[in-house]
Amino acid sequence: MAVMTYREALNVALREEMQRDPRVFILGEEVGLYDGAYKVTQGLLKEFGPKRVVDTPICESGFTGVGIGAAMVGLRPVVEMMTFNFSILALDQIINSAAKMSYMSGGQVNIPIVIRGPGGPAHQLAAQHSQSMESYFYHVPGLKVVRPTTPADAKGLLKSAIRDDNPVVFIEAETLYPVKGEVPDDPDFTIPLGQAIVRREGRDVTVVAYVGMMYRAMEVAAELDKEGLSVEVVDPRTLRPMDTETIIGSVRKTHRAVVVEAGAGFAGMGSEIAAFITEQAFDDLDAPVERVTGANAPMPYARNLERAKTPSNERIAEAIRKVCSANGR
Amino acid sequence: MAQLNAAAPGVDAGRARPLLSQMMLIRRFEEKAAESYALGKIGGFLHLYIGEEAVAVGASSVLRPDDYAISAYREHGHCLAKGSDPRRVMAELFGRRDGLCHGKGGSMHLFDKTTNFLGGHAIVGAHLPLAAGVAFAIKYRGGDQVIVCYFGDGAVAQGEFHESMNLAALWKLPVVYLCENNRYAMGTSIERALAQTEIWRFGHAYGIPGEAVDGMDVLAVREAVGRAVERTRREQAPTLLEARTYRFRGHSMRDPAGAIYRTKEEVEHEKQRDPILLFRTRCLQEGWLTEADVKAIEKDVNDVIDEAVAFADASPEPPLEWLLSDIYKEG
Repeated sequence: MAVMTYREALNVALREEMQRDPRVFILGEEVGLYDGAYKVTQGLLKEFGPKRVVDTPICESGFTGVGIGAAMVGLRPVVEMMTFNFSILALDQIINSAAKMSYMSGGQVNIPIVIRGPGGPAHQLAAQHSQSMESYFYHVPGLKVVRPTTPADAKGLLKSAIRDDNPVVFIEAETLYPVKGEVPDDPDFTIPLGQAIVRREGRDVTVVAYVGMMYRAMEVAAELDKEGLSVEVVDPRTLRPMDTETIIGSVRKTHRAVVVEAGAGFAGMGSEIAAFITEQAFDDLDAPVERVTGANAPMPYARNLERAKTPSNERIAEAIRKVCSANGR
Repeated sequence: MAQLNAAAPGVDAGRARPLLSQMMLIRRFEEKAAESYALGKIGGFLHLYIGEEAVAVGASSVLRPDDYAISAYREHGHCLAKGSDPRRVMAELFGRRDGLCHGKGGSMHLFDKTTNFLGGHAIVGAHLPLAAGVAFAIKYRGGDQVIVCYFGDGAVAQGEFHESMNLAALWKLPVVYLCENNRYAMGTSIERALAQTEIWRFGHAYGIPGEAVDGMDVLAVREAVGRAVERTRREQAPTLLEARTYRFRGHSMRDPAGAIYRTKEEVEHEKQRDPILLFRTRCLQEGWLTEADVKAIEKDVNDVIDEAVAFADASPEPPLEWLLSDIYKEG
């Protein structure tokens, strides 16, 4: 085990996978000479050269299409979105080309590509550079969607994504890049896609949360523990395919559920999680599933408004207390 | 009637016969597809290639089997010319289990890995970056294949056309961009869509050499694409060709006559330069083929396509469990 930042863990994953498989290469804006806009690709140009760390001009649709085309004939590109906000320009390539090629071709052409970069709320970057993009992708059959929360997950999940034979949308959390944690050194360490993890065991309520919201949920859980509430925190890690089994298993145990997400709530991840909990574990529930979501507004610039846009610890605690007070707990 | 003026180096009966027979095969295939659509055996959008056969056949005649081709949604001809089995192409149009893509792609999404035909892409302009990516992979591996990317004049106004030209030139990628300029993007003429209607000239801005070629003359296409492929293979750099052609039918079966946005006189005039008619006349004039040869080819082609239709008809519908297969590649 080594202690490293989330950013370093991603860097190590890229380096190890490029060493392991010559078909893996990196494509994107400022990934090479500039060492990555967020330094995730730092040092890779120096180690692997310009053939495998390819700086592109600003043309998200064009270079994402190039990555998909290269994947059609067997290379394994890792395409960096400088921030995931820019993936909107490449949405047609990701949805119509990458996600559907296997199906349309009757399984003849699969697309082993990873499209990765930072996303989610950031600090005062305003409406166009600070948003949760996962909802644009997890609706699409043919894509896998990952949102890693810890440095170890960042490494293990990115390695699995690169080894996967399908298109994987891998959205890192911009605000978590400097977060430190223990990360296994083993180059064969991977975390399978589609596997949730119980971050904290508890008896009274299940809180489902990922990336930044997971850290808030953990803080709240520690606080509420002092009040005698025992909170279980489940992190799905992969949003598609989702490990519904682990989440349902937890809810059957606690009989209460709160889903937290940073993005706008309407048709968000919380809607889907609340729906399948209701479908599969209705009889186990002692209270309706509660959602804590970002406000249904674009991201404002002003610091106070920005704070109000994203779920706070207080709102998460309030939701937990609400479901726990239902039916006499 | 206009004549075919292209020189014909190395063309003899042996070369001429497959060119004529493939064009006739595509024509017959498309006529039968239209008939099957009218009978309700083919659904959805059906875009016919009738009138444009010389482009796919001329271009494919200079490709190696390991070269790649990729196209948009009017791609039956490109797929057949690259060597796909007409029976499996027809079965795909019928949505049957023996179709190239097991009935999951349909007319607009033909793929055939055995011939390196990479689709069948129906968002205008979107496959141009894919072609650059395939060329990127060829170069990455140190291969000497090329990819030919067919697209229509409608794609030229898309940003992805320009992004692809820039990337292919910047990175020196072995791709031949072959524009089939049939003068109409659906119902919008090039004059109403493009600031520069001589499409090959867009290459100048990106330093991509190219030329325009008579897309109704299969030998002219063969020569021009032959030069382009040879250069692209040798220099590992892109070429932009513009084949001037014409679609005799409407945009799709929902625009059967294509009569709102162009005059009957114009269509009739262009039909005088039917690529099959022109090449058949040339073959007879040059003594490459006799009338009897042409009749024999016609009979062969009709038999092959009749068999394709019978094969498609006999092929069962895909089993329902295939609804959920091929979404992801397992393990």
